[in-house]
Amino acid sequence: MCETCGCGDPNKVSVEVHDRILSVNDRTAAHNREHFVEGGVFVVNLMGSPGGGKTAVLEATARSLGGRGRIGAIAGDLETERDADRLRAVGVPAAAITTGSACHLDAEMVHESLHHFPWRGLDYLFVENVGNLVCPAIYDLGQAVNVVALSVTEGEDKPLKYPVMFRKADLVLLTKVDLLPHLDFRVEAVLDALARVMPQPDVLQVSARTGEGVAGWIAWLEGRRAAQGKG
Amino acid sequence: MHEYSLVRAMVDRVEQEARARNAIAISRLAVRIGAMSGVEPELFASAFTLCREGILAEAELQIRRSEAAWACPKCTVAIPAGAVLRCRACDAPAKLISGDEILLEQIEMEVP
Repeated sequence: MCETCGCGDPNKVSVEVHDRILSVNDRTAAHNREHFVEGGVFVVNLMGSPGGGKTAVLEATARSLGGRGRIGAIAGDLETERDADRLRAVGVPAAAITTGSACHLDAEMVHESLHHFPWRGLDYLFVENVGNLVCPAIYDLGQAVNVVALSVTEGEDKPLKYPVMFRKADLVLLTKVDLLPHLDFRVEAVLDALARVMPQPDVLQVSARTGEGVAGWIAWLEGRRAAQGKG
Repeated sequence: MHEYSLVRAMVDRVEQEARARNAIAISRLAVRIGAMSGVEPELFASAFTLCREGILAEAELQIRRSEAAWACPKCTVAIPAGAVLRCRACDAPAKLISGDEILLEQIEMEVP
């Protein structure tokens, strides 16, 4: 009997589900996370706009980290292996996930790529998500932290326009800060915008080109990785 | 557009429930989408029209929206969306108490 609309049709049944539509993705993400934690690998889901400086940050990270940590990367893009190629060129083992038309990575794509990538033995695994400030935010991949790269050429109001992405960020990397003298970008304005969408705004200013702020970013990573080890 | 992949995930789940009950048709699906979920209800609805086939051919989709609501986790005072997300009294970071849902709530199906 259909109780919902009261039509009394005895052949209609109403099934209460109340389940997240992404529950399958969430289960795969939890499975990935178990592997990562058990393997002692600290996983960063790096998100941001196309051209926001994600790959450049990873190149600078590899240069600055030197021998202090083994890092690897999985780079998602609609087409080409260019980002993975750039990372391999600075000595970072990297795999590419070409998503075709999908605008984001999901937990299954990451899981599948792990089967062909020597991630065990790494200290840090960076998952460079597809350049996009909307879709990647809703898919858990099994990462330890979400980091969003926001470049100073993108405008101060990006956090207010894309609140879902910034709400989920554990850290915002304000990138390309070497360009600040040439722009009307006000750092205080972006910090104010972030405080309205991110309950615990954590922001670091970096320039992959000059190396400014990269040591602080490495220290942030090391601190978080140590916390995962204890947890 | 991630709404299409969300609809695909929902359809898989619905078909699974329908098989478990030998349903002959799905008449209605009730979904809840929060304002802070990153999902556009209109895009979700149009993606659903592309997936309305087989057992779902006649299914109606009901989308219930929920607004974003923030509150202080200590003193529970509401913090309006758009404000700085920190409690003025306790200085605690605000917590999102609703508005990030992407839920399949109910499936109405016809059984033999």
